[in-house]
Amino acid sequence: MWDKIKDFSSDFFVTGDPMIYGADVAIVLVSVAILFVLTYFKKWGWLWREWLTTVDHKKIGIMYILASLLMLFRGGMDALLMRAQLAAPDLEFLKPEHYNEIFTTHGVIMILFMAMPLMFGLFNIAVPLQIGARDVAFPVLNSVSFWLFFAGAMLFNLSFVIGGSPNGGWLAYPPLTEKMFSPGVGQDFYIWGIQISGIGSLATGINFIITILKMRAPGMKLMKMPMFSWSVLASCLTIILAFPILTVTLALLFIDRFAGAHFFTLDGGGNPMMYINLIWMWGHPEVYIVILPAFGIFSEVVATFSKKRLFGYKSMVFALMSISIVSFFTWAHHFFTMGSGADVNVFFAISTMIIAIPTGVKVFNWILTMYKGKITFKQPMLWTMGFIPCFVVGGMTGVLLSIAPADFQFHNSYFLIAHFHQVLIGGVVFGYFAGLYYWWPKMFGFSLDEKLGRWVFWLWNIGFYVCFMPQYLVGLMGMTRRYSTYGWDTGWFGLNLTSTIGAFLMGAGFLVQVWQILYSIKNMQKLKDTTGDPWDGRTLEWTIQSPAPFYNFATDPVVSETDDFWEEKQRIAAGGKPRPKPALAPIHMPKNSGMPVVMAGFFFFAGFGFVFDWMWMAIPGLIGVAASMLVHSFRYDTDFYIPVDEVRRTELAAGREV
Amino acid sequence: MKMKGWYRRLAAGLPLAAMVFLLSGCGDVNMGILDPQGTVARQQLNLIIIASILCLVILVPVLVMTYVFAWKYRAKKEDAEYKPNWSHSGKIETVMWGVPIVVILIIAILTSIYTHKLEPSKPLESEADAITIEVTALDWKWLFTYPDQGIATVNYVQFPEDVPVHFKLTADAPMNSFWIPQLGGQVYTMSGMAMHLNLMADEPGEYPGKGANFSGEHFGKMGFIAKATSQEDFDKWVEDVKQSSPALTQQGYDELAEQGVLDTKVTYSSFPDGLFDRIVNKYATGTGSGHQHGSSAADSGEAADEGMDGMDMTSMDMSSAEGVTDAAQASDSNQQMHQHD
Amino acid sequence: MANHSNHAVSAAHGHGHEGHHDQDALRQMGFWFFLITDCILFATLFATYAVLHNNTAGGPTAKELFEMPGIIAETFILLTSSFTSGLAVLSMNRGDKKGLIGWLIVTLVLGAAFVGMEVTEFANMMSEGHKMSTSAFLSSFFTLVGTHGCHVTLGIFWMIALIIQLSRRGINSTTKRKVNIISMYWHFLDAVWIFVFTIVYMMGVM
Repeated sequence: MWDKIKDFSSDFFVTGDPMIYGADVAIVLVSVAILFVLTYFKKWGWLWREWLTTVDHKKIGIMYILASLLMLFRGGMDALLMRAQLAAPDLEFLKPEHYNEIFTTHGVIMILFMAMPLMFGLFNIAVPLQIGARDVAFPVLNSVSFWLFFAGAMLFNLSFVIGGSPNGGWLAYPPLTEKMFSPGVGQDFYIWGIQISGIGSLATGINFIITILKMRAPGMKLMKMPMFSWSVLASCLTIILAFPILTVTLALLFIDRFAGAHFFTLDGGGNPMMYINLIWMWGHPEVYIVILPAFGIFSEVVATFSKKRLFGYKSMVFALMSISIVSFFTWAHHFFTMGSGADVNVFFAISTMIIAIPTGVKVFNWILTMYKGKITFKQPMLWTMGFIPCFVVGGMTGVLLSIAPADFQFHNSYFLIAHFHQVLIGGVVFGYFAGLYYWWPKMFGFSLDEKLGRWVFWLWNIGFYVCFMPQYLVGLMGMTRRYSTYGWDTGWFGLNLTSTIGAFLMGAGFLVQVWQILYSIKNMQKLKDTTGDPWDGRTLEWTIQSPAPFYNFATDPVVSETDDFWEEKQRIAAGGKPRPKPALAPIHMPKNSGMPVVMAGFFFFAGFGFVFDWMWMAIPGLIGVAASMLVHSFRYDTDFYIPVDEVRRTELAAGREV
Repeated sequence: MKMKGWYRRLAAGLPLAAMVFLLSGCGDVNMGILDPQGTVARQQLNLIIIASILCLVILVPVLVMTYVFAWKYRAKKEDAEYKPNWSHSGKIETVMWGVPIVVILIIAILTSIYTHKLEPSKPLESEADAITIEVTALDWKWLFTYPDQGIATVNYVQFPEDVPVHFKLTADAPMNSFWIPQLGGQVYTMSGMAMHLNLMADEPGEYPGKGANFSGEHFGKMGFIAKATSQEDFDKWVEDVKQSSPALTQQGYDELAEQGVLDTKVTYSSFPDGLFDRIVNKYATGTGSGHQHGSSAADSGEAADEGMDGMDMTSMDMSSAEGVTDAAQASDSNQQMHQHD
Repeated sequence: MANHSNHAVSAAHGHGHEGHHDQDALRQMGFWFFLITDCILFATLFATYAVLHNNTAGGPTAKELFEMPGIIAETFILLTSSFTSGLAVLSMNRGDKKGLIGWLIVTLVLGAAFVGMEVTEFANMMSEGHKMSTSAFLSSFFTLVGTHGCHVTLGIFWMIALIIQLSRRGINSTTKRKVNIISMYWHFLDAVWIFVFTIVYMMGVM
């Protein structure tokens, strides 16, 4: 019996690596500490009522952002480990099998568990406030989305200490990831982690489309909507068209592994190429899903900090929408080198280049928005200024990559790595940081320290160029991605060492950023935003106090212009009378629900069971999921009204006129 | 903002300094695709340079405008013009759309021409007759078989200079990608398919080759040497291998195909007849020969089209079926070509 | 940040019914968007089937495997159930609770019969040794048709839950919306089945 337990646990837990034992200890200690603090300070009820069951989009947004910063830490650690291994030739800091796991988890975590939730967090924080809504269209579904993401992320991360991490690359190409070549459970963690959070993403996509289409304030025509909301709409439309493909693709891979099917296997008539087609039909739109909202953020930030209307609003909307459509016709540029023939390659090369046109137009729009403006370089604007050159260079190398015959040389090399990091860090990460600094006061009621913020900005920026510019060159010299080491004779040492130094500079940037947040919390009173409008903003979210009250708007806002708040301020400054405010009325709000977190728990349970082929665990898990939905369906008492008195009290306490 | 530009120059300067340090330090560093030694790689590099210059046409003005505007219209500068409501100009927007469209159009035309010209399955023009080398990606090594010379090698390939080399590629393992940067771009090696790559070396020399696509634990060990020599040296080398090396038997191949790393180059005086075809056919899908499969895949493409009729938003799925079909057909015709050889 | 679960003012239903109507419209539209995603899900599975359907790898072909009489009966049953779910909605619009529940039960029974027949068909194939793992063709066949079957099964449980709610609460704006949505879902599954029938079965035996 004892031997059996020992056998089992040596398979079940990842063993043999001091780093992982360290992680085990850290996980246990942190968990115990959290449990202790919650119990000691009697915070369990608070946690349940205020966070776990909340359907308030702002709190859900905060939870998304917290989780994504945590994941940024994990993914960043992976990156630093890789860079440490590559700092010099012939290092044996990480063995190949370990290195393979790390680049796999780095990619998956950064795209799916860092960029996506950070993006959803910003959607949640800003969209309802920007369009003058009290909540999203389906608040409970919104909570379901978050908890499914969280369950998926935890399941994926669990593979670090239990069962072993996936090691087949971030898109897990078969046949390598089939049972025949990857018999371990890591690949199943990959499938279920992404699958569960992917369902959440799909739901968020639907939720925000309906929110934007149906819940805008009276008078806010679509063509008067803030550009960030437009970008969210474009991104969500892309989500609902792309994510079902991912769901099917992962399901098929799982059926292959679980039931011995032959979708992508080498034998039995399987077709691995089909997986590569399918995964990129999701994967390419996916990168536009994450970049489009960043474009929206820059549009808001540039207009606000130039104190000027956004240049070319219609061009901008058209560019957003055309990018999200064309993004579905470019997927095969990820495998020009797989022998599709010249005609197919030309088609996909040109469709890819076409995307550069609307993207270029957007950059011109931002620059022309600055033209004849009054620009202040607060943190959000600083990140935008870092973004434009970085993204333009990244976009240019993207055009180079899209030229099919040239791609035969770039493909799989560090040139490609440098390119997509340049657009993903320089575009997505800088964009979301800009958004985070921009909306932070609205989330928490205080802004983040400017001086430390400048340190963060310069560390990230300099680190970025030091890290990735050498990678272009080393790619041209023939260094292939995913090499766990290289020889002295290659001549790649100097460039790789430089790159590693840059990566650690960015790591330092992240640390200073954490310090900046802690420092700002400590000096909250000094940094307090008392006006609700710290940046002299243009859109509805700045009309209310910071942090936003849980009902958002005391009275339903009415809009007549694009950037209505700005126009209103101009009118008042010119001696006009403020718009009369309607009388307070009871506010209709959704009630909290425990269903989402319970359901996500069951999903986690089921996913874990499937990973280990434990049907006794997986089937009850799925039944639990279904039962949660049924229980929810039987609940009719789902909303309540906030009485006028309470709205008045809250508004007065925030120093607002009623 | 003055500070900013200074920092940026420093940031850009560091890797440049590293590069100078590196290139002056060791003179014989291999510059990969920047130092082409074959006709394909040379044309690809030219294309890259032309396209880069075209991109700079947009890049440079954008960067200049960004910094100039940021500097000129900073809030601290009191006397700058301020037009808060200026947000539209038909002329500027026409230029803004027009210039990228023109540049992309030029690059698109270039791409179209070069894609057909440099299609890797197209034989290269030369006075010399092409030599055929069959390449099989294994876990984690490269097997080269010479059907005309009757010899085989592992992790080492030799061929005469100024003679077109017709590589036929397949895999008996998860897919990989066959890449000799100095001679030309890579092509994937995939099981069940025979892919084609035509390269030619202009100069004698040893060119590093790589397995460029991740294929499992030790894929990093899949480097090989591609050596171009004069025709006489090549013939002499073939003779030597035939004289002094052992034969590769079927059993020997099966052992070679097992997962593992080989650090040395190996040569064989012979290999089993039809080995490459057997490896390809081992994984060929479908009910019968490659040709039947091709036509059935085309049928299925139509089926998918009919199936999608009337459904919303499925256009990309239709094209997926077509994309797969194309790939399948391409590979099938490859197989057929191969059988004719 | 106030804690809103404390604010449950149960007088809610007194004012503002327009809030509820609003919510109903949102949900119906949301469901339409969900159906778009489901459409893409099925389209992807159809594309997979289209690519793999000749890769029989020595196993049985579609022609050898399918027994059309049973399939035609299944088709007929499912089409009828779509019709009866339409009748249920008509009864609801007349305010006829009994008729509504009655037709829903008929729909549900027909749906269950469909699923039962499909399960029998699958079980027969498997007992003859034609499994998921036999060939790529069978993998894609079982997955495509099985996914549709799972959708129908889910619909059946959903309908049972709805019938219970209807019998407890009668026809009101919320239950009305729920019936409308499930009927949309049911028609959608019917449409998908027509594609399954045509592409998988008809073209398979032709």
